[in-house]
Amino acid sequence: MSDTPSTPSAPATPVLEMADVRKSFGPVAALRSGTMTVESGSIHALVGENGAGKSTLVKIVAGVHRRDGGTLRFEGADVDFTSTAESKGAGIAVIYQEPTLFPDLSVTENIFMGRQPLGRGRRIDRAAMLKETTEIFERLGVDIDPRRPALGLSIADQQIIEIAKAISLDARLLIMDEPTAALSGVEVERLFAVARSLRDEGRGLVFISHRFEEVFALCDRVTVMRDGAYVATTDIATTTPDAIVEMMVGREVGELFPKTVATIGEPVLEVRGLRSAGTFRDISFDVRAGEIVGLAGLVGAGRSEIARAVFGVDAYDAGTVTMRGKKVRPRRPRAAIAAGMAFVPEDRRKQGLVVDASVARNVASVIRRQLSSLGLLTGRAENKASGPWAGRLEVKTNALDMAATTMSGGNQQKVVIAKWLATEPQLLIIDEPTRGIDVGTKAEVHRLLSDLAGQGLAILMISSELPEVLGMADRVLVVREGQITAELDRTEATPESVMKAATAGAVPTELTPVLPDALLKEVGA
Amino acid sequence: MSATLTKSAPTPGAGGGTPGRGAAVRGALGGALRSREIAVAVVLLVVVAVATVRNDSFLLSADGWRDLLLTPSILLLLAAGQMMVIVTRSVDLSVGSTMALTAYLTGRLFIDVPGIPIIVVVLAGVALGAVLGLVNGVLVAYGQVPALVITLGTMYVYRGIMLTWAGSDRINAGDMPSGFLALGTKQVLTIPLLTIVAVAVVAVVGYYLHTARSGRELYAIGSDPDAAKLYGLKVPTRVLTAFVLCGALAGLAGVVHAARYGTVSSGVGNGIELQAVGAAVIGGVAIFGGSGTVWGAAIGAVLLVTINRALPILGIPDFWQRAVVGALILGAVVLDRVLALRQSRKYDEEREG
Repeated sequence: MSDTPSTPSAPATPVLEMADVRKSFGPVAALRSGTMTVESGSIHALVGENGAGKSTLVKIVAGVHRRDGGTLRFEGADVDFTSTAESKGAGIAVIYQEPTLFPDLSVTENIFMGRQPLGRGRRIDRAAMLKETTEIFERLGVDIDPRRPALGLSIADQQIIEIAKAISLDARLLIMDEPTAALSGVEVERLFAVARSLRDEGRGLVFISHRFEEVFALCDRVTVMRDGAYVATTDIATTTPDAIVEMMVGREVGELFPKTVATIGEPVLEVRGLRSAGTFRDISFDVRAGEIVGLAGLVGAGRSEIARAVFGVDAYDAGTVTMRGKKVRPRRPRAAIAAGMAFVPEDRRKQGLVVDASVARNVASVIRRQLSSLGLLTGRAENKASGPWAGRLEVKTNALDMAATTMSGGNQQKVVIAKWLATEPQLLIIDEPTRGIDVGTKAEVHRLLSDLAGQGLAILMISSELPEVLGMADRVLVVREGQITAELDRTEATPESVMKAATAGAVPTELTPVLPDALLKEVGA
Repeated sequence: MSATLTKSAPTPGAGGGTPGRGAAVRGALGGALRSREIAVAVVLLVVVAVATVRNDSFLLSADGWRDLLLTPSILLLLAAGQMMVIVTRSVDLSVGSTMALTAYLTGRLFIDVPGIPIIVVVLAGVALGAVLGLVNGVLVAYGQVPALVITLGTMYVYRGIMLTWAGSDRINAGDMPSGFLALGTKQVLTIPLLTIVAVAVVAVVGYYLHTARSGRELYAIGSDPDAAKLYGLKVPTRVLTAFVLCGALAGLAGVVHAARYGTVSSGVGNGIELQAVGAAVIGGVAIFGGSGTVWGAAIGAVLLVTINRALPILGIPDFWQRAVVGALILGAVVLDRVLALRQSRKYDEEREG
C-alpha cells in the first residue's frame, strides 16, 4: 500500500499491541497478518469488508482462538490466552452484536454470575450486588430494571448489560464487534455516550463497524484490514471516508464476478405486502426469469427472514407470495418446492446438508420421492440421479458415496446447489452464496449462478458482501430494519447508493455519508 | 430480535436482588398470585379437603394424619435431588434403581454386620448413592452424551446389579434392628421424623440454590449452557456436583424406604424416577433448565403422592388415577408454555412501545 501508517503521535500507553498475528483454519487463512495497537483512553475503529479477518482477530484477543504466530501484548506483557476466562481475567471484554445472556436470570445476576459479592458464610450478598448494578447503570445513564429477567431485553439493552459486566470486571480493553448493526438511532446515540464515558475513564476501546458515519463520529483512530491482512492505521482527524474505503476495497471488483448478460423474462416470483411482526413489513418485489435480484443490507436487517418466509420455513402475518401467477401456501416449504422454489440456506452445514450422508444421498434428498419405487429408495437410483448434477457443477469429489462433511466449503455449497437443481426449480433463493468459501471456488460459484440465470432461472441472492451484490445482481433491493429502503437497477447500484439505503436513519444526522468516487470506478458501474 | 432470549418464562425464585419497600409489597402480592408454588399448594389443599369431606379419616384420624405427612417423604427427597439436575438442563432416570440398591445395602449391612450403628448405615447408604450419582455425573459431564441416554442406561445397570446381588433374597423387618425401624414410626409433635428429615433436606437444598455461587451457577448452566461457557463457569464440575447430590439424596431415600416399610424387595423404586421428574415439572421446574425452585418440586411431590392416595377414596378406578397424574403433568407443561408466550409477547410490546 502506498498509504503507509503515518505513526501518529501516541498520546497514551498502549493497552493492546498486536503484530503480524496469523491464524488458519485448515487450508483457509482467516488472518494472515493482524496488526493493531490500541492506546488507553482512546476509541480505535477496526474496519474492513466481511471476511477481512476482523472477527478472527477479535476472537484471538478474546481467547476463543489461539494464534498460529505473531506477537500479542496486553498492557505491556506478552500474552497467550487459551480461554475466554483468561482474557477476561486479564481485563479484556468483548461485546458481541448479539450478546449471550442467561434469559431466566435477573439482569443483576447476569452481570455478576460466577463472581457474586459474598457476605458472611460465603452467602451471596444480594443487596451489594443490586447496589453495584444500580450504580453502574446510573453512571452509564441507562434505565434498566436490575431485577427484571434478561428474557425479553432489546439487543441494545443486552449490550448495555455486557458493558456493565465489563465495567464491574474493571476491563481495560473493551472490544465492540458491530454493536450498532441491530440498533435504532436513539440506541446508537446512547451506546456512543456510554463508549465516550468509558474512554474518558482511561479505558481502551475497539469499535468494529461497517458504518463510516459512526466511525468518524466516535473514533480517534482507525485500522483498516483487507483479505485477512493489515492495511493501515491512521488518525481519524487526518483521513476521509474516501481514503478508508479505498484501502478497504483495493481490488478490481469486476473481475471476480463474471455476470453474463441474460435476457430477462416474465416475473417468476411476486411478493406483495409481506409482513411479520417485529421482523419485516411492507415487503413487495418481483424476481423475473433470467434475473438475479440481490438482497443487500446489514447483517440483522431481516433479509434472511424474508427469504425464509417466502420459502415457507417461517410464518408471516400478512401478504402474499405468488409463483408464476399462482399463490403459494404460507408456512409450507413443500408447497414452495412444488411451486418451483429452491432455497440454499445461509448455514449449509446445519441447514443445507446432511453432512454425514453421502454426496449422492444429499443431492437426491429433495427428489427422493420421485426416485423411489414402491416406497423404496435404492442407492443406485440416488447415484444415477445425482451423478449428472455433480458432474455439471464440477463438484470435486472422488466418489459420490463420500460423506459431505469431508469436502471443502465450496464443494459443499455446490452439492447444496446441485440438490436443488435436481428439482428443476424456476426460482433459486440463495443466502450468502459464498460465505466461508475460498476465493477460487467463489468465482466458480459466481459463474455457476450467472450461467443458471442465463438459462432462465430466476435467482434471489442474499449477500453481505457488497462487491458480490454489485457484481452479480441485475437489480438490488436494499433492506434496512425490516423494510426495503431502495430498489436499484444494476446501473444505479453503487457502493454509495447501497450503503446509504442500508444505513440511513441509524446515523447521526449531521454526518451525511460521504462515499468515494474511487469505489464507483472500481465497480465499473 | 429476541431470538437469542426466547425460552421459558422467568420464575420469581430465579430472580436476584432485594426489592425496595414499595415494590416489595407489590412484588410479594403479584408473586403470590403468579407463584407456581402457591398455585400447586392450593390444588393440594383442595384435594385434601375433598378427600376429607368424602372420608374424614383421610385427614382427621391419627393414621390419616401420619400417612398424609409420611408417605411423601421418599418422593420429597428424590424430587429435591432431581430438581437440581433438571435445573442444569439434564435429567436423572437412575434414581429409582439407586434407591433400590441403597435400600438393599441397608438391610444387608444390618444382617452381615450385627450391631452396626444406625448412623453408619445411613451414611453408607448416602455414600453409595453419591458414588452412583458420580458415575452418572462423570459420564454426562465429560462424555458429552445426553443425560437422558446415560441415566437410562445406568437405570438398568444399577437395577441389574441390585437384582444380581439380592438374588431371591428379600430383606424383612426381622432382619433389621427395632431401633432402626422405629425411625419409620417415630414422631415429634405428631409430625413423623422422616418427614422432618425430608423437609429439612428440601430447606437445605433451597438455601444452597439461593445463596451459594455454585447454586446460582446451576441455574445459569441450565438457562444457557453456551453463555455459561462464555462466562467461564466450570460447567462440567457443576453438572457433576448436581448428579452427585441427586444420587446422595436417592441413597438417603433408599435408607428411608427401608426404615419406613421394613422390607426391601427387588421392586423397590420401580418407576419412581418418573414420578420425581413429574413432581418437579408440576412444581414449575422448567424441563429445559434455568428456572424453578426446590419448594415447587417439593409441593409437586406431595401433590402427586397425595392425589394417588386420595383418588381411591373418591372412588376413581386405578386406570383413571394414572390418567389424572398424566393430566397434571400435561397441564403444568401447557401452563408453562402459555405463561412463557404471554410473557415474551409482553416484553415485545414493551420494546415496540
